[in-house]
Amino acid sequence: MKDLKLVSIAGLIALLSTLFLAPILTSFTVHAADKAERNTVATLRDHTEIDSQKEPNPIPKVINNDIKKARNYPMQPPVIPHTIRSYEVNKYNNKCMSCHSRHRTEKSQAPMVSVTHFMNRDGNFLAEISPRRYFCNQCHVTQLDAEPLVENTFIDMHSLMKQKTANTTEH
Amino acid sequence: MKSLLLIGWRTLTKPSGYYSLGALVIGGFIAGIIFWGGFNTALEVTNTEAFCISCHEMENNVYEELKTTIHFTNRSGVRATCPDCHVPHNWTSKIARKMQASKEVWGTIFGTINTREKFLVHRRRLAENEWRRLKANDSLECRNCHNFDYMDFTAQSERAAYQHSTALASGEKTCIDCHKGIAHKLPDMKGVEGW
Ligand code: HEC
Ligand code: HEC
Ligand code: HEC
Ligand code: HEC
Repeated sequence: MKDLKLVSIAGLIALLSTLFLAPILTSFTVHAADKAERNTVATLRDHTEIDSQKEPNPIPKVINNDIKKARNYPMQPPVIPHTIRSYEVNKYNNKCMSCHSRHRTEKSQAPMVSVTHFMNRDGNFLAEISPRRYFCNQCHVTQLDAEPLVENTFIDMHSLMKQKTANTTEH
Repeated sequence: MKSLLLIGWRTLTKPSGYYSLGALVIGGFIAGIIFWGGFNTALEVTNTEAFCISCHEMENNVYEELKTTIHFTNRSGVRATCPDCHVPHNWTSKIARKMQASKEVWGTIFGTINTREKFLVHRRRLAENEWRRLKANDSLECRNCHNFDYMDFTAQSERAAYQHSTALASGEKTCIDCHKGIAHKLPDMKGVEGW
């Protein structure tokens, strides 16, 4: 009698667990199949099988032509048009500011950092750049001479508005 | 006293009983070569990177940092070693530099700079010594490899060409004025001109 009860409990547990696990397991297998079929996510591994070693891509070069790039929106931090190899920005010194600070621009002929960089978070102007703007590379980056892995669908405000006006004049 | 000196003088001037004058001259000549050569070799040995980094102050700090810079690996495969930048190739200043270097040996023995922290404390002073030296000799060591006369401005980046054709060409500035920290990390630059 006691044995029978045990068996039935075990059976019930087995049944329940299959009921619960089946959808989870199938979802796993479906996903795996999905991946094999349509793996469209671009990666540096470039669809190489997970168990093989990819021939590494050549390392792209940093663009160093000193030509300013257009900004995609007014508040975009401008990108750096030159190499910054070995330029130190740490608690001891800031190499960027040895050309871009207010009193260095005459010698360097580099653009001065924006006035916003002198503001603290209450909007008051300080004599030197504000500590929250000290680490230049948090916002400003160099560009590589490389093909983007994923196409960028960003459309800037001007193009959007141009499209709009073109559409309205058509009507 | 006087007689003692006289005996000494007589032995020196008395012709040698065993060796001919010629043999003595040749022997002296050979000994001179050996002595001079040995001196030179000793200088050669102390003029290698292996010697410099035999001291951990040098290996753990400046050498480790040098490894990440363009003067360690680059597309041309030309390596700048410590003596290329730090010991003048000119013979007389080489000696002068070695005499100054004896102070460094003192430093290791008495452990002035035996940790990274201590090194960082001293870094500004050491760097300033180097800047002063390079400023005084118009960046001689840099120019041993980088010759201004053969710089092709059209092949340089715009920023480089602009500075090199103005401040450098006019002699107003020398390499080290603009290229501090080219081989190692910089100390705190507060108050240094141009920072
Ligand atoms: C015996 C260990 C030792 C060796 C070998 C050694 N150094 Fe040093 N070096 C030191 C110490 C210690 C200091 C710090 C001296 C001080 O506090 O003034 C120093 C300082 C320096 C400085 C700072 C410049 C200055 O005038 O203050 C330079 C540059 C330098 N060494 C380069 C070299 C080079 C190049 C070599 C190889 C030719 C070399 N060192 C070999 C221990 C050594
Ligand atoms: C042993 C020769 C040698 C000495 C000495 C030397 N350099 Fe160089 N330097 C090179 C080589 C080689 C390169 C890399 C060239 C290349 O492949 O682009 C280089 C590159 C450079 C660059 C370019 C950095 C970059 O990121 O493109 C600068 C700046 C520079 N050296 C400055 C100096 C200064 C300043 C000194 C003196 C303190 C000096 N060099 C001493 C050989 C030397
Ligand atoms: C007035 C400042 C100034 C002086 C003096 C100066 N340079 Fe430069 N140099 C620059 C700037 C700015 C750059 C470009 C940015 C950078 O590499 O930091 C540059 C770049 C270089 C480069 C890399 C070339 C490139 O296309 O980027 C080399 C090599 C170089 N300098 C060597 C020297 C040597 C050697 C001397 C001394 C004979 C010297 N410089 C003196 C400012 C100067
Ligand atoms: C391309 C030239 C170059 C090479 C190669 C080089 N140095 Fe330097 N070194 C400098 C310059 C320039 C300074 C002055 C400080 C600065 O601007 O970073 C300096 C500074 C130093 C200092 C003073 C402390 C400091 O960091 O400022 C020491 C010590 C030193 N070098 C040792 C060495 C040793 C050891 C090697 C070899 C492993 C070496 N250097 C290789 C150019 C060079």
